[in-house]
Amino acid sequence: MGKTLYDKVWEAHEVRKLRNGQSQLFIDLHLLHEVTSPQAFGMLKDLGLKVRYPHRTFATVDHIVPTHDRTEPFQDPLAQAMLEALRENTKEHGITFFDLGSGNQGIVHVIGPQLGLTQPGMTIACGDSHTSTHGAFGAVAFGIGTSQVRDVLATQTLAAQKLKVRRINVEGKLGPGVYAKDVILHIIRSLGVKGGLGYAYEYGGSAVEAMDMESRMTLCNMSIEGGARIGYVNPDETTFAYLEGRPYSPKGAEWEEAKKRWLAFRSDPDATYDDVVTFRAEEIAPTVTWGITPGQAIPIDGRIPLLSELPEEERAVAEEALAYMGFQPGQPIKGVPIQVAFIGSCTNARLSDLREVARHLKGHKVKKGVRALVVPGSEWVARKAEEEGIAEIFREAGFAWRNPGCSMCLAMNPDRLEGDELAASSSNRNYKGRMGSPRGRTVLMSPVMVAAAAIAGEIADAREVFGIGR
Amino acid sequence: MLEKFTVIKGRAVPLRGEDIDTDRIIPARFMKSVTFEGLGQYLFYDERFDEKGNPKPHPLNDPRYQGATILLVEAGFGSGSSREHAPQAIKRAGFRAIIGESFAEIFFGNATAIGLPCVSLAPEDLAVLFQAVEQDPNLEVEIDLVNKEVRFGDRVAPLFIREEAREALTEGLWDPIGELLQAGELLDQFDRKLPYPRRAE
Repeated sequence: MGKTLYDKVWEAHEVRKLRNGQSQLFIDLHLLHEVTSPQAFGMLKDLGLKVRYPHRTFATVDHIVPTHDRTEPFQDPLAQAMLEALRENTKEHGITFFDLGSGNQGIVHVIGPQLGLTQPGMTIACGDSHTSTHGAFGAVAFGIGTSQVRDVLATQTLAAQKLKVRRINVEGKLGPGVYAKDVILHIIRSLGVKGGLGYAYEYGGSAVEAMDMESRMTLCNMSIEGGARIGYVNPDETTFAYLEGRPYSPKGAEWEEAKKRWLAFRSDPDATYDDVVTFRAEEIAPTVTWGITPGQAIPIDGRIPLLSELPEEERAVAEEALAYMGFQPGQPIKGVPIQVAFIGSCTNARLSDLREVARHLKGHKVKKGVRALVVPGSEWVARKAEEEGIAEIFREAGFAWRNPGCSMCLAMNPDRLEGDELAASSSNRNYKGRMGSPRGRTVLMSPVMVAAAAIAGEIADAREVFGIGR
Repeated sequence: MLEKFTVIKGRAVPLRGEDIDTDRIIPARFMKSVTFEGLGQYLFYDERFDEKGNPKPHPLNDPRYQGATILLVEAGFGSGSSREHAPQAIKRAGFRAIIGESFAEIFFGNATAIGLPCVSLAPEDLAVLFQAVEQDPNLEVEIDLVNKEVRFGDRVAPLFIREEAREALTEGLWDPIGELLQAGELLDQFDRKLPYPRRAE
């Protein structure tokens, strides 16, 4: 009987069984950021423990970084204290830290792949739920809590429980103006935000195979919004082409060996899955959310559902969402005015995202009254975008071009919504209050759709605004 | 020695709503700290208080439920971020256990690892429990992890929890650090065997 990649990676990393039946799982790569790690270092200290294998942990600062003025000390002393704590902790324990201005600082899920830290067949953990992003490389990558960050620092292992695997096929060819973001929003809206509980998602099918690595990262990134702690794509030539020559990728003879090892992790053709779901790429439209969970999404030319059209168990949350968003059941989503346009986050702030937006944005202007900002995923992405003239296209169009960080996605820095402002956003969560104002509203969409909304001043179909596919 | 969770008794506070995410449980701006101290006061902050800090109608502000130690929730509780701040805030606000229909994966793991049991009931039993607690805020609810049941009034409802987590809680093994450390030399073998990223010189 064939095995999945998930089975194979698990077997290669299972140290032993624990008394309660869980597995002790070895973690190849551990990533740290400033929000979920300081308490873990505190716990280590209390227990008198050291970081066991510091060469397997890498850190950066992303959540609290101001994107406008990064002069230290920051205006916010709490943010400054978190940065200082990470500096001290990484120094004390001999952990590599990609600090501000190092040229490699950025959102942890952007820099891991960009530096070649993320590799196929690895187990990867980070105190951040969007660690699923790294699954794009055929790694088993998942978010953990702070007590588990402590466990990994002290032992490089976790007490873990094997998940079931659902294979999700996306077959066919995506239409013009339809991106990985639309695919994952479509999947979540179809399977539900609880659909992935207890599962790892394996994405495949011709549309996924045709995706570049950064699109696969967007896809895997939002597995967690669908309830799945892990999402992955089997490694292939696209994966290898992306990794070759990156700073931490294997080199020379090791590179050839690594590719062979990585290929062996691929799911077997006769692998058995706990569930299989298939979508048609042609049926996926540019998709936007209308509510307060990522599953409350519709195609851009669709209408917000009537309560009577929804399954009974979804009606209470839908009513709550309508009241919060100020929308009417049955109303079209297109044409809803926006006040803020945000391009950024670990979902969509990579170079290819910015290139794709810039390609369409050139010559357009952000509608008066819309606050538009673009926050590149890393210092490297920002530098490349400057070199390629992309940053200038954004500035010309009226976007504020910012320094890298998580920014408005969760508003732990000064970037946030005010009052009940509505943001068109390329981020991953439209939860109540997510973008920093307890009444702020978020409509999730692809970065190109955010740009279209910024220009139109309202939720719009990018295919119409930019004449895509015409 | 870690606490062994066998039977947890207390009054419950009913918190309705599906898919309650961790941003609601503890808004991100309250995570700007290098410790978990004081998090309890910010539990469900934006749901409990308006922008001026005045209390809003919310079960956690309702005097009838003050002192309750069991949090009663619906399905998909704790979705979203991996922040351990969420279960920490619940525990630090004085709760000893959560009863719901289902829990998000990471939240469940985080809660278990800090000794905050999360147990599930079948939807029909949960509906009865909600009604009972809403009618009588003083109702005593018993979570029996040994016999795998929740008792209230004259009703006994089977509870569901992953067997590994149940055992960890009842045996006092919910914080795994001690056992993980015991692997000792085995860990070094794995570190030698499995590649890690190295920057080419």
